[in-house]
Amino acid sequence: MKGSVMSVLVVLALVAQDRVACGLEDKSYDYTKYHTMDEISAWMSQMERENPDVASSMIYGRTYENRNITLLKIGFTGATPKKAVWMDCGIHAREWIAPAFCQHFVKEILGSYQTDPKVNMLFKNLDFYITPVLNMDGYIYSWKDNTTRLWRKSRSPGTGNCTCFGTDLNRNFYANWGMVGISRNCCSEIYNGPTPLSETEAQAVTDFLGAHQNQLLCYLTIHSYGQLILVPYGHPNISAPNYNELMEVGLAAANAIKAVHGKSYKVGTSPDVLYANSGSSRDFARLIGIPYSFTFELRDEGDYGFLLPEDQIQPTCEEAYQGAMSIINYIHDKNFRGSAITVTATLWTTLVASWISSANVF
Amino acid sequence: MQSVIRTHLESVSSHSCYATELSFINSSTRRRSPPEWIMKTFCSVWLLLSLVELRPALPVSQETPLACRGPADPALQQPETPEEMDTTGDLEPTHYPARRAATVALHYLNTRHGSPYRVFGLQQVHKASAEDVAAGGRKYSLDFSVTTSPSGSAGPALRCSAEVLFPRTERHTPPDVQLNCEALQQLNSTAEDEAFYQKYITPDSAVSAQYLPDSYGNMSEDMQPFWRLARVAASFIMLRESSENTEFNMAQVASITQQESSEKQLMLDYVVLLHDLPSQEIIQWKLLASWSPDSGVRVLQMEWQPRCPHATKPPN
Repeated sequence: MKGSVMSVLVVLALVAQDRVACGLEDKSYDYTKYHTMDEISAWMSQMERENPDVASSMIYGRTYENRNITLLKIGFTGATPKKAVWMDCGIHAREWIAPAFCQHFVKEILGSYQTDPKVNMLFKNLDFYITPVLNMDGYIYSWKDNTTRLWRKSRSPGTGNCTCFGTDLNRNFYANWGMVGISRNCCSEIYNGPTPLSETEAQAVTDFLGAHQNQLLCYLTIHSYGQLILVPYGHPNISAPNYNELMEVGLAAANAIKAVHGKSYKVGTSPDVLYANSGSSRDFARLIGIPYSFTFELRDEGDYGFLLPEDQIQPTCEEAYQGAMSIINYIHDKNFRGSAITVTATLWTTLVASWISSANVF
Repeated sequence: MQSVIRTHLESVSSHSCYATELSFINSSTRRRSPPEWIMKTFCSVWLLLSLVELRPALPVSQETPLACRGPADPALQQPETPEEMDTTGDLEPTHYPARRAATVALHYLNTRHGSPYRVFGLQQVHKASAEDVAAGGRKYSLDFSVTTSPSGSAGPALRCSAEVLFPRTERHTPPDVQLNCEALQQLNSTAEDEAFYQKYITPDSAVSAQYLPDSYGNMSEDMQPFWRLARVAASFIMLRESSENTEFNMAQVASITQQESSEKQLMLDYVVLLHDLPSQEIIQWKLLASWSPDSGVRVLQMEWQPRCPHATKPPN
């Protein structure tokens, strides 16, 4: 009796230690709630502290209100610069489900790279650069009170005679700037700024993407709402050279999403499935040569819109994760054929070996 | 030609691209070092793309702030609207022209058959086509399915067909909708509608609330039928304000105040926030709605409310 109690206690202690070592499940961070900027910043530090071998943070710019724009760099450290995947969330302040997704994504990959051979391979061959909240000023402002919840733009003051605040960051990039889907009225929600890259947040992303141009294989920018996967370009008369492939990859991602909870995501260029626009970060990424550039518009389709209930955070993040991974795995396998084959061979060998050994028992 | 390019470059390009292109134009025989070559390629691509629509950089405007302007204001609609292609003949069901027309049909359906326990939502557009009509305007023919809240996708889907006519007039005219859904006539007032009515028609009932749902998307179960009623009432406004260049959803109920019941109708004062997708604007409307299971929803008063610190005169 005492022996079995002891062994149970030992097992429990080992399990507890294992969970603490993993760090993530045991902590009380609730991924099914929306978090303030302070909470997200603290969480980022925690991710860095608990995963020192694979996670580090980088400050790559400042917001108008002088906050440090920070990303998490995740992956195994390598000698030479690795190929990379970029993800940003929260370009638009009111789209709270987007930063929630970035946090979920980080949690998932950090929690599975040691046990999932596919994710392990991604960590080996790729670096992930993930910005949980890009428009920090706007996000913080949207938390201020009930009247500010639906803020979208940056918080830079208007220039000249303008008495309104903010520029639409996703119209401010140097990509067909000012051509379509914008307003020159500075009070408009789609005001594209006095000049391209007038906003320090857009400048920060531009600088980073430019500096890492040769490494970046994939640019993902997360928004809501609409349940869409958008491919470049936002201008109706311009096609990306790899449009067909982008559509194929996007449609595969939409299928992966649907398989999770049955939600339909439509795939296409913005002028086809949403509206024409210019100056978007997705277009800029594609223009400077990042081959796979997508915008995700997460749940829902207009019932709750920006005010997506917290009980939908988990299912939304689960399906979007499968969609993002579908794209990332495609890109990885295309660029690292040998590695993909090795993983597959390893899996098959393991399966066959376990089958043989179990067959031998009988 | 060179001066045109120069002017265009000045207005559209950054200084670095401008300088690179100028040097390219001026001295095409000079050997270029690799970084400059990359810059030149990038800038050439940039120039090429920007030349697709030669448009001078537009000045920043600040007249009446946009949120203070009236509804159906041209500026509210998507500016710089490019020439709409493929919007006559057969339409791609997943593309926005079909979806916007279907959304208008949904607004209409909700005004006629919506209730606290029945709000219709678009499930899918199956087929769509559009044609220009002689009187001026564009008529969309739609085949689509709808779901009803609260059951949503768990409940049955209704198959509908509709014709949505967007007139082309100088001042905005609401679209005209002809609609047919299967089994619509069999849709009776639900038991939940009846119970809701009985509960709140009592003389001392004075429900009031603010911000439904709250910032976290949460709402008590008690308030959900009031929120759905707001969606139905807002459909009257969204229907009236719709055009081919808008796509409205109700973003939030800012406030609800129950008024004294009148002639056996629940009377509700609402302030609703509407979201238009193409312009991304949030537009605030105050409205007085009545409802009973027999009469359905009616909007008795509606008033657009400017959302700006320095409110200007509302439009007529």
